[in-house]
Amino acid sequence: MQEQIAKLFPQATFETVDNTLTVTIDDAHWHDLATYLRDQLHMDYLVTIVGMDWVTSLGCIYYMMSTVDNKMVAAKVSTTDRVNPYITSVADLWAIAGIYEREVYDFFGIIFVGNPDMRRLFLNIDWKGFPLRKDYDENDPRNAVSIENERQTDDTYTYVRQADGSVERKSVPVFMPDDFVVNIGPQHPATHGVLRFRTAVDGETIKKIDVYMGYIHRGIEKLCESLTYPQTLPFMDRMDYFSAHNYHHGLCATIEKAAGITISDRAQVIRVMMDELSRIASHCLFIGTYCMDLGATTMLFYTLRVREQILDIMEKTCGARMTFNYDCIGGVMQDIAPDFVADVKALLEILPKNIKEYNKIFTGNVIARNRMEGVGVLSRQDAISYGITGPSGRASGWACDMRKEKPYSIYSQLDFRQVVAEEGDSMARFKVRLQEMEESAHILEQLVDNIPEGEYCVKVPKMLKLPKGAWFDMYEGCRGVFGVYVESDGTTKPYRLKLVPPCLNLAAVVDHITRGEKIADLITIGGSLDYIVPDMDR
Amino acid sequence: MQDFAVITNWIHNFLVSTLGCAPWLAVTIECVAVGVGLLLLYALLALFYIYFERKVCAFFQCRLGPNRVGPWGLLQSFADMFKILIKELIELKNIDKFLFALAPYLVIIASMLAFAVLPWGNGLQIIDFNIGIFFLLAVSSIGVLGILLAGWSSNNKFTLIGALRSGAQMVSYELSIGLSVVTMVCLAGTMSVTGIVEAQDRLWFIFSGHVSSIIAFIIYMIAGTAETNRGPFDLPEAESELTAGYHTEYSGIHFGFFYLAEYLNLFIISGVAALLFFGGWMPLHIPGWDAFNNIMDYIPSVVWFVGKAIALSFIIIWFKWTFPRLRIDHLLKLEWKYLLPINLFNLALMVCIIIFGWQI
Repeated sequence: MQEQIAKLFPQATFETVDNTLTVTIDDAHWHDLATYLRDQLHMDYLVTIVGMDWVTSLGCIYYMMSTVDNKMVAAKVSTTDRVNPYITSVADLWAIAGIYEREVYDFFGIIFVGNPDMRRLFLNIDWKGFPLRKDYDENDPRNAVSIENERQTDDTYTYVRQADGSVERKSVPVFMPDDFVVNIGPQHPATHGVLRFRTAVDGETIKKIDVYMGYIHRGIEKLCESLTYPQTLPFMDRMDYFSAHNYHHGLCATIEKAAGITISDRAQVIRVMMDELSRIASHCLFIGTYCMDLGATTMLFYTLRVREQILDIMEKTCGARMTFNYDCIGGVMQDIAPDFVADVKALLEILPKNIKEYNKIFTGNVIARNRMEGVGVLSRQDAISYGITGPSGRASGWACDMRKEKPYSIYSQLDFRQVVAEEGDSMARFKVRLQEMEESAHILEQLVDNIPEGEYCVKVPKMLKLPKGAWFDMYEGCRGVFGVYVESDGTTKPYRLKLVPPCLNLAAVVDHITRGEKIADLITIGGSLDYIVPDMDR
Repeated sequence: MQDFAVITNWIHNFLVSTLGCAPWLAVTIECVAVGVGLLLLYALLALFYIYFERKVCAFFQCRLGPNRVGPWGLLQSFADMFKILIKELIELKNIDKFLFALAPYLVIIASMLAFAVLPWGNGLQIIDFNIGIFFLLAVSSIGVLGILLAGWSSNNKFTLIGALRSGAQMVSYELSIGLSVVTMVCLAGTMSVTGIVEAQDRLWFIFSGHVSSIIAFIIYMIAGTAETNRGPFDLPEAESELTAGYHTEYSGIHFGFFYLAEYLNLFIISGVAALLFFGGWMPLHIPGWDAFNNIMDYIPSVVWFVGKAIALSFIIIWFKWTFPRLRIDHLLKLEWKYLLPINLFNLALMVCIIIFGWQI
């Protein structure tokens, strides 16, 4: 791959960071390289854009993955201008890039020329400064947080490069003056958290949705930069709180890889079992709340029954039902509870019966089928372009399960099926999750009697320092790919910790798949995507 | 069979001859007494229904339901209603205050008027006149006006969408209700409520009208559920979409009125179903089984009517806690493409049955 790129872009320089080929290129050739990577090398899945402040320069690292052969490539683009840092936008190549670029703009102030919507993403529009820049000073009175009411604007702006090379700022309307805009959220029963959709409707039909995020943005990435590595872990419980174990697992595994720590087999198995238990619990809650969104309240209680049983198992071992903080660097916090095995077996016993019951009550119901089949169809191509991973992506026919595609931990030794559906509608997303519960149960069946003996946590240094370098890894959360980018400058604290949540993409795609559907379908579609707001907001 | 006319006549005679009231005064006193009784009954029924629905729904959902206030939580709905009574009526800016205040009363008046013609028992009926069932259909349609006004006057986009949905839904489903009522009126040969009950002296209409009655009954139950805005047809107040639909902006007793009216409409819909298909207060009679019929007659007629109405409302509550909600276009499609043509066909079928004298 390196030769192919070098032939066409002689100015590019190459390095290998954490087994990923990283191409450094200047901004003038970046768009051409991106087009080449996407079209010729099939790098059609843009995993993330990591904004970076290298003090001497500002820039981005683009992580791309091929859906054909799972190869990855990274591209570094930077600019030394800190006042007006311009980088060419790739929003025209990957649909999700527009949102990623807004995030980078929000935190680093890098302006993406050609991005049609260059508003802030998470922070208020009256926020001053760019908090993830290394020279940002939150105590500076000029950066004080505004306590005025947030202004509301129907306009956004875009930056366009003129023929003479200068960049001009243009105003673009989000909504037309005669649009009937209904504000759904931030407090609304169906947004599953504090997310806000400004929805332009024509009668019952949706014309456009403008998503506002950031109502529970806590600046986790910024906070992590001033904390030691073990101290960053508890935040993982507070992103996607339904896949807390999976996220913990992901961050711990990346840090362990960077520090060269090998954990025991027992810890590996416990981690995987906890991940799969989380997945079942999370999908149970999805089914319950989704049915409730569609008006079938009773289903919620039937699914919560199973979830409750899983939370009991976790409570016995982790001491908590929600923010477990169980995985730690080197293994897990404490050994499993004495009746863990018996409890998991009891769960595996009742699970198939319950899934059968869910199908009986809900899946076959004619009203449910009318509401879900053919509603919110997301094609495979769009799913990849928007980076929709997890069950929602697999429902569109994209095999994107990182447990299979880039196996980590002990997943390569386990026998399970990657559930993929072709339809891409809400029903497919619902069914994929139902089947994934069965697959997770199958994984648990293989492990429950084979938990190896050994220590549950290996010794790690009290003050953990990572060597200089950068690492990027992808893990499978309950809602999709959870990416972790760690850059270390050799100290006990991360220089940059970028967390890539799946739910940001899920919220970003809502506008695309709800256009022309009914208001009631917004709830069907939003529910079937199953986004978690703290996860996208971080 | 007990006849309540005996008691009502006795009261009238007592007032006129024993107390020596003028006939106009006696009628006035009786009207006031009936009015107060009706209001009390209205409130008690609503409270009962709130409790009933919460318990039924709890058992469907593997819960216990209210069980803290009073024995088996019986006083819970009294406590709730008392709380609603003492709650503040929140004043909103930029709304049409008159219409906003009027709407809940329209809704509640509609359901109260419908109460007047229900056949509570043998001789126990407030007004009995020759177009009773027609009157009932007419007054219950006033309710939709209240809902439309509530949605419009709140000056809120959610309530407006809720009200428009509600308008479309109720106007459409009124057709189905009307046609299935007409089908049964054909069978009874009268629009008088007493007449309809007495026509079922031998056998309830659901049995005597062959398949045609059964079709009419099923359509009536579906349309009736839609008419009361209850799940799976609760689109006007679809919680997950429109927060609370047309009554989002109401508080205190004004909200309470909508809440009560919903439960009372549930009772009225099931009461009318009991009247049209299950003989109203008429006990279960089977032709030829005289001993059985006599035993059935010992059960008071009020018990028959209220029992049937509650059993039918149980079915409607069952719908609500089982099915997901329909979408507005599916809802209208169901009415206009399926229920209406089937209903028209059914009406013709019923007419044939009557012309050829096939009814049992």
